[in-house]
Amino acid sequence: MEINRLQDEIVEEFELFDQWMDKYEYIIDLGKKLQLIDSNFKDEQHLIPGCQSQVWLHAEMEDGRVNFTADSDAVITKGIIALLLRVLSGQKPEEIATSELYFIDRIGLKEHLSPTRSNGLVSMVGQLKIIGKNLSKAH
Amino acid sequence: MNKALAAQTETSPFDVESIRKDFPILQREVNGRPLIYLDNGATAQKPKSVIDAIDRYYRDQNSNIHRGVHHLSQLATQAYEDARETVRRFINAGHDYEVLFTRGTTDSINLVAASWGRRFLEPGDEVVISTMEHHSNIVPWQMICDERRAILKVIPIHESGELDMVAFQSLLGDRTRMVAIAHVSNSLGTINPVEDVIRMSHEHGALVLLDGAQCVPHMRVDVKALDVDFYAFSGHKIFGPTGVGILYGKEDLLNNMPPYQGGGDMIKKVTFEKTTYNTLPHKFEAGTPNIVGGIGLAAAIDYVSQFEPRALADHEQDLLDYATEKLQQIPGLKIIGTAEHKASVISFIIEGQHPFDVGTLLDQQGIAVRTGHHCTQPLMDYYHIPGTVRASFAMYNTRADVDILVAALKRALEMLS
Repeated sequence: MEINRLQDEIVEEFELFDQWMDKYEYIIDLGKKLQLIDSNFKDEQHLIPGCQSQVWLHAEMEDGRVNFTADSDAVITKGIIALLLRVLSGQKPEEIATSELYFIDRIGLKEHLSPTRSNGLVSMVGQLKIIGKNLSKAH
Repeated sequence: MNKALAAQTETSPFDVESIRKDFPILQREVNGRPLIYLDNGATAQKPKSVIDAIDRYYRDQNSNIHRGVHHLSQLATQAYEDARETVRRFINAGHDYEVLFTRGTTDSINLVAASWGRRFLEPGDEVVISTMEHHSNIVPWQMICDERRAILKVIPIHESGELDMVAFQSLLGDRTRMVAIAHVSNSLGTINPVEDVIRMSHEHGALVLLDGAQCVPHMRVDVKALDVDFYAFSGHKIFGPTGVGILYGKEDLLNNMPPYQGGGDMIKKVTFEKTTYNTLPHKFEAGTPNIVGGIGLAAAIDYVSQFEPRALADHEQDLLDYATEKLQQIPGLKIIGTAEHKASVISFIIEGQHPFDVGTLLDQQGIAVRTGHHCTQPLMDYYHIPGTVRASFAMYNTRADVDILVAALKRALEMLS
């Protein structure tokens, strides 16, 4: 499965970092480079509200695959979004819906996905899968 | 009780290094670094004496209180009622039955809003709060004002984070029934001029409730000297356990208020036709209370009370001054809340940086701060910011903690820029 291959690739990349700073510098860098969401989609409808940082998410179908774009007001959140989209964007909806995102845990960022963080990422992962599920039903 | 009395009369010297040794959690590491705990505004750590009191209760005394004839029940009842007396003395209430155990500040405020409000608020009456209130001192009043068709008015603040007292004066009128404000702001640290607020409110025949959650860990409160009508605070912010809090209320007010919840302990006699209610404080304490919470809170109060209040205040003022000076040297950093009188709480934002990013990188360096809106969204709206980073100090913090915070912050900013 393409999704797992991409996850393993990220896990391998992160194995190179033995300092927390290097890891976070990389995530911040990814966050800064995240392709900007079309400003039309940065509205209430695309907002996944979080207590700490906000996330906007947009999905589009193209040739049977889902393309995601997203943004956040916090750069670390954006970096983690970049990783999520690298794994899930451009995949088939049914694969998105059934994917198991183990890479977050393996690269030591699980805390960002714990419900206690309430930074919008938990909701975002949930939303990505719901979109996948809905689109796979529609097609 | 004797031990508690002794704790108040004999003061211990204020030595921060020996105080730190009393708090086991301060010895642990976070992310491979020694914990620097600067989230005391959210909850304070617990000294050994509190942890031991909780442990001792469950090992030696655990039993349900008030109606048991057996030995343990009497022990537990005695310990719980001694705890109430410890709280009474701590806030200098006139009677122990004016001290109600609740689940916390939020519960205390809800009790007053629901019980007092339902009986005494008439359509068109007014309740006054301020811009800097915690959601816990906004929402209960909104709810009861909606229900009673009363009007909620809000005291504006100055940019410094101080109440606009001129505006407050003009908000007070014939229909003002209740003024509910924070003694100390959780987001800004502002110490409000509560003596003036109480005097001015009483001149208009309005009652005053003070949200003391952020005050009692830092300074001594004398409810009698203040002449405050209701005073609410939480156990866990003053080094006690979670899930227990206090509502102080003047006797005649509490006597005229209907019960808040029905159940065990709060009744005198129950028949299916009619129930008569118990006297204070039990009328407001339905169900088995958080017995160990009350006992733990008393142990926390004994712990704090052993120190000269002046020494504690001087130490925290020094931390506040030192941290303010050091933080202000960081380019782009802006302190939110610059009142003349502040408790040891510093909220700040950094130009171009999201508080969440800053907080995350501080956490990686073992530093616990709080980021976000601190449950004061209207206040954040006033400043047009999504939130702040908040460092809040307690008596066990040191200048060294501030130095580590500042160094970690500089490192975080290097990474983010």
